Amino acid sequence: MNSKKLWKFFFICPVIIYVSLLIALPLIYILLISFFQSDYYGGMISTFTIQNYIDVFDQVYISVFLKSIFIAGITTFICILISYPFVLAISHKKPRTQKILMTLVMVPFLTNSLIRMYGWLVLLRKSGVINQVLMGLGVIQEPLSLMYNMIGIIIGMVYTLLPFMILPLYSSVSTVDPYLLEASSDLGASKMKTFFKIIVPQTLPGLFNGSLMVFTPALGYFFIVDILGGGKMMILGNLIKNQFLTARNWPFGAAISIVLVLITSLVIIAYRKLGGKMEDLGGA
Amino acid sequence: MKKIGENLYLVLIFVFLFLPILVLILFSFNTSSLNIIFEGFTLHWYYDLFQNSTLLESLFNTLIVAGVSTVVSTVIGTISAYGLYKYSFKGKNIVNELLYIPVVIPEIVLGISLLSVYTLLQLELGLFTLILAHICFCIPFVIISVRSVLEGIDSHISEAASDLGASRFQIFTKIIIPMLMPGILSGAQLALTLSLDDVVISYFTAGPGANTLPLQVYSMIKTGITPDVNALITIMLCFVFVLLMVSTVVQLRRLKKEVSL
Repeated sequence: MNSKKLWKFFFICPVIIYVSLLIALPLIYILLISFFQSDYYGGMISTFTIQNYIDVFDQVYISVFLKSIFIAGITTFICILISYPFVLAISHKKPRTQKILMTLVMVPFLTNSLIRMYGWLVLLRKSGVINQVLMGLGVIQEPLSLMYNMIGIIIGMVYTLLPFMILPLYSSVSTVDPYLLEASSDLGASKMKTFFKIIVPQTLPGLFNGSLMVFTPALGYFFIVDILGGGKMMILGNLIKNQFLTARNWPFGAAISIVLVLITSLVIIAYRKLGGKMEDLGGA
Repeated sequence: MKKIGENLYLVLIFVFLFLPILVLILFSFNTSSLNIIFEGFTLHWYYDLFQNSTLLESLFNTLIVAGVSTVVSTVIGTISAYGLYKYSFKGKNIVNELLYIPVVIPEIVLGISLLSVYTLLQLELGLFTLILAHICFCIPFVIISVRSVLEGIDSHISEAASDLGASRFQIFTKIIIPMLMPGILSGAQLALTLSLDDVVISYFTAGPGANTLPLQVYSMIKTGITPDVNALITIMLCFVFVLLMVSTVVQLRRLKKEVSL
C-alpha cells in the first residue's frame, strides 16, 4: 500500500467502522429481534414470526400510540406558539444583545433535562412552590393539581423541547430581510398580515426543522411522563422501556421500536418533501 | 408601548426557562430539608455533599463520560468529516445517510438497540458501554458541524501548500486543522452539551456500577431526594455557567472584530 492509499485509509476507516458497528448493526439487530419470539423468561427464541407486529395493533397499544402522537403534536404546537413572538422580539434587539439572549436560552439547556424535571416536580406538586405561593397570596384555597396528569406532562415536554424550536426558528428569522417587513407595513399591511404573508413563509425551513426536532423526541421521553405524569400515563417511550426492562419481552419491545422508527421516517420524508435539508438538523 | 410588551414577553419566557433551576439553587441553601418552604439560610447541605460518596461518584462518572466522549467523538468526527469531504469510495452515499440516523431517530430506539447489541456481544454494562453509547450519538453532530466549515474553505490553499512541498501530514495539521477550528470547537461544544444532557440513552446503556448524576437523581426521585443533591446541582451549574460565559465573551470579541472590519 502506498502512502496515498494509506492516507485515504486513515481518513475513511473510522467513519466506516463507526456507522457499521454503532449504527447499522444495532438497528439491523433490533429489526431481526422484532421477528423473534419471546420465551416469557426474558429470553428469545430465534424463529420468524410476525406475531409481535400483530400484537402492536391491539387496542391497548393503539391507544398508547394515539396518546403519544397527541402529546407530541400539542407540544410541537405550543412550542411554535411560544417561539415565534420570542424570536421576533429577540431579532429586534442589537446584535450584541441578541447574542447574549440566545446564550441565555442555552444556559438551562446545559443542566441535565432530568434534573430540570426534578425542578418542575418541586414547583408543581401539591405541596410545591407554585401552590404554596398561590395559597399564600390567597388566590386559591385548595392546591391545584398541576402534575400527575396531562398538564404536568405537557409542561415538562414543552419546557424540555422549547430550545429545539427556538434555535432553528431564530436562525431562520434572522435571514428575513428587514426592508421586506418595512415595505409590507408601508404598503398598509396589518401586523397579522405581515406575519402570515411574509414572516411565516420566509421562516418555513426553520419551522419544519424545529417541528421535527420537537415532535420525534416527544414520542420517546419516558422519564418526563414518569416524573410528571405519575406513572399512570404511558407514551411510546414508557411502553418500549417496560418491554425491555420490566416485562423483558424484547421481541415485542423491538417491534414497537420499529413502528416508532417508521412513524419518524414518515415525518422525515414529509420534511424532505417540503424542502428541508438533512444537514440543517444537527446544527442546533 | 410595543417595546414594553415585547420585553415583558421576553422576561416571562426567561422566567419560565430558569424557574426550575432557580428553585433548586434556592433550596440548596434552605435549612428545611423538605424543599417546600424557604426557612433559613445554611451551607449545611454543601458540607453533607462532601460526605456523600454515592453522589460524588455519580458526579465523577458524569464528568468522565462527558469528557472522554467529547474528546473521542471530536477527533473521530473531524477525521471523518475530512475523509468524507476529500475522498470518494464505494458506499459513501450510504454512509452519509446512516450518519443522520442518530440525529433524527428517537433516542429510546438508539438506546435499546445499543443495549441489545451489547448483550449480543456479551459486553458487560458499565462505564465503557456508556461512553461508547455517548460517542455514538455525538459523532454525527461533530461531523455536521465540521463539514459546514469545510465547504467554505478554499481548496487552492492546500494545493498551493502541496506545490510548495508540504507533506500530506503537514497540510492536514498546519493548514486544514487550523482552518477547521471554528467548526471543530462548536462540534465539541455540542458533543459536550449532548452528553451532559442525555438521560434516555444512558438509562439503557449504563450498568449498575456506572451511575451518572441524572440516573442517580432519577432513582432518588422514587425514594426521596436529599437536599445535598440540590447543592451538587448548584455547583455543576456554576461550572457550566462559567464555561459558557468564557465561550460567549470569546464569540462576542469575534463578532466585534467582524463588525469593525
